[in-house]
Amino acid sequence: MPRARPKIAVYKFASCDGCQLSILDLEEELLSISERFEIAYFLEASRAVVKGPYDIGLVEGSITTPHDAELIKEIRKNCRFLITIGACATAGGIQALRNWKGSAEFMRYVYARPEYIETLDKSTPIADHVRVDFELRGCPINKHQLLEVLAAFLAGRAPNIPNHSVCVECKLRGTVCLMVSKGIPCLGPVTQAGCGAICPAYGRGCYGCYGPKEMLNSESLAKRFLELGKSREETVLAFRLFNAWAPGFREVEVKA
Amino acid sequence: MTAREKEYRVDYLARVEGEGALYIKLRGGKVVDAKFKVFEPPRLFEAFLVGRMYYDVPDITARICGICPVAYQMSSVHALEKAFGVEIDPQIRLLRRLIYCGEWIESHILHAFLLHAPDFLGYEDALRMAKDHPDIVKRALKVKKTGNDLVALMGGREVHPVSVCVGGFYGIPSKSQLVGMRERLVEGLKLTAELLDWVGELEFPDFEQDYEFVALRHPEEYPFNEGRIVSNKGLDIAVEQYEDHFAEEHVPHSNALHSIIIGRGPYMVGPLSRINLNFDKLHDRTKGALKRIGFRTPCRNPFKSIIARVAETLYAFEEALRIIENYSEPSKPRVDFAVKAGRGFGCTEAPRGILYHRYDVDAEGRILSAKIVPPTSQNQKMIEEDLKMLAPSVIKLPHKQAVWRFEQAIRNYDPCISCATHFLRLEIEEE
Repeated sequence: MPRARPKIAVYKFASCDGCQLSILDLEEELLSISERFEIAYFLEASRAVVKGPYDIGLVEGSITTPHDAELIKEIRKNCRFLITIGACATAGGIQALRNWKGSAEFMRYVYARPEYIETLDKSTPIADHVRVDFELRGCPINKHQLLEVLAAFLAGRAPNIPNHSVCVECKLRGTVCLMVSKGIPCLGPVTQAGCGAICPAYGRGCYGCYGPKEMLNSESLAKRFLELGKSREETVLAFRLFNAWAPGFREVEVKA
Repeated sequence: MTAREKEYRVDYLARVEGEGALYIKLRGGKVVDAKFKVFEPPRLFEAFLVGRMYYDVPDITARICGICPVAYQMSSVHALEKAFGVEIDPQIRLLRRLIYCGEWIESHILHAFLLHAPDFLGYEDALRMAKDHPDIVKRALKVKKTGNDLVALMGGREVHPVSVCVGGFYGIPSKSQLVGMRERLVEGLKLTAELLDWVGELEFPDFEQDYEFVALRHPEEYPFNEGRIVSNKGLDIAVEQYEDHFAEEHVPHSNALHSIIIGRGPYMVGPLSRINLNFDKLHDRTKGALKRIGFRTPCRNPFKSIIARVAETLYAFEEALRIIENYSEPSKPRVDFAVKAGRGFGCTEAPRGILYHRYDVDAEGRILSAKIVPPTSQNQKMIEEDLKMLAPSVIKLPHKQAVWRFEQAIRNYDPCISCATHFLRLEIEEE
C-alpha cells in the first residue's frame, strides 16, 4: 500500500488572502501538489474538510481578536508542523500600525458603531501566541519559496530559504544600486531577501516587505535616509509598513 | 424551535475569499430574515492611512485584497491624481488598462473555474472536478497563469505588484517585452473562447430579480479606470457625486458596512452589471461569442454571472492585444507634478465591481482622511435579497442540496470578504 499523503491545512486570520492565494497561483504545480499532499482543510479552495490532526498547518494572517487568540492554540494542537506564511502571520502585518495608537481611536474612525466589534489592542504575529516551526516571510510570500518548503518537507530536510539582504539579490539580478547611483532611499540593506529584488528593478527603493534581516543596523540606514533628504517623519514611516511591528524595524522612532 | 421548525446549518462556507456567516430564518415556510454576516477581524485601513504620505497609499491599499490589489492601486492613484490635478500620459493610461486586464483575467478565472464552476457540477472543489474534467481545469489554470504573468510583467509580481504610483509607474516594460507576451495572449484568447463555450452549456437555476445594476460607463470603451457611474434605473453621476447618492450603513451582524442607493435600496455591482450596461463597448469577438451561446442582455439571472466573468476575460485578452499593438513607449514612466492640498475621488472597475476611494491631502502630501467602499460591501445587501427570494423554492430541495444552492447563490457575487471577514457560517433556521 502506498504511504498516506501528508495532510495540509490552510488557516486564515487577519490578512488579505494574498499568501494563501499564492498556493492557487502555483498554476503549473497545483495538480501535482494535490497528488503529493492531501489538501485536507483549505476553505478558500474547497468545501470538503478532512479531519485533523494535520501534518502541516500553513497559517496566514495576524491575531487581532480574542477569539483568534484562542483559536490559534487549538490549531497548534492539531498540526505537527506549523508554518506561518507572510508578513501578517510572521510580523503582525500592516494592521499592526494600530499597535502604536491602540485600536479604539482607529475603530471610531472606520465604524459608526464600534461597540458592534470585538478587537484586540494590538495586531500580533502567530509566534507571540504559540510555538511556530518555520516562518516564511513576505508581503506577499514568494510562491516558489513556499514550494521549496513543501518539497523540503517531503524530502525530510530543512528548507533552503536564504537570509541575506535584498542587496545580494540586486547584485545577482544585475541591478545597479539605486541608493548609490541615484540617491533613492532603499530598505534593501536591512531587508531579508526572497522577493527577487523587484522594486529596484522597477526603479524604486525596496519598501521592506520581507521584513528585517538578521544582524541589521536600521538606525544607521535611517541616518542615510535623512542625508538623502527625507524628513525624520518620512524615514520612520518607511520602516512602518507591512513589517512595522517586527523587531529591528519597530525600534526606529521619530526621536532617534 | 417548535415541531414544525427545521434548521439547516453549514458551519463554514468555502470557496470564497475570506470567511463570514449567513443566517436565514423561516417561519411557516416564509423567510422572515436573511443576514449575510461578516466577521472581519477589523484591519482599519481608513484609519491608519491618516498621517501617511500620499505615495504610500497605492501600496497600503493594495493589501486590503490579495486577489485584486491592482484595483486598489488604480482607484487610489486616480483619486490622488485628481487631488493634485495630475494629467497622465496617454501611453501610461494604456498601460494601466493593460495591468488591469491581467488582474481581471487571473481573478475572473480563479473565481469562475476554481471557486464557482464546481457548484454547477456538484464537486466539492476544482481539484476533484479536475479528475473528471482535466482539460477544463488545465485550460483554466493556463489562462489564469497568463493573466498573472501579465500583471507580473507590468508590476514585478502577481500579488501586490510594485510598479504603480501617482503620476504613472515607477518603471515600465519595454515595447519589445510587451510584444513578447503576444503569442501567449493569443493562445489565452483561444482557450478562453473554448472555456466560454463550456460555461455556456452549464445548467442554470431559473431565477431572476429586477436588479438595479450599477457600473462605470465610458463613451469610448469598456470601463476600467474612468467613466460616469450609471445604472439601468436612471442613475448617471460623476464619480465626485458618489457620496450624494450612495450611503453605507453599519449593522450589528456585519463588520463590513452595507451600501444602498439613497432612496432606493440595494443594488448589484460586478461583471453582470458591467456587461448589462456596457455590452455595446465589448470587442467584436466577445460579442460574437456571447451571441453564439445565446447570452442576451439585460441578463437578470445572477447565476449567469459566471458567463459574464468568462466573457470579460475574453474581452480582457482582446483588449490586451489591442493595447500591445498600439502602445509606443512614453519618454518617462511617470509625469512630474507638484503636491498640493486638496480632495480627490477615484472609482474604477475592480473584478468584483466599482471600487470607490476618496482622500483629503494636506499641502505636504499627508493623508488627512480616507474613504474606501469595496465592491463586496456594495453587493452585500443584494446578496441578502437574493437569498430571501431564492428561499421558497430552494427549501423544497433535500437538505444538503438546499444548503449547497444557497452557497452557490452567494458565490454568484464572487464575494471578496477577505478584506472584511473572518468566519462565513451558513445557518438556515425554520420556526
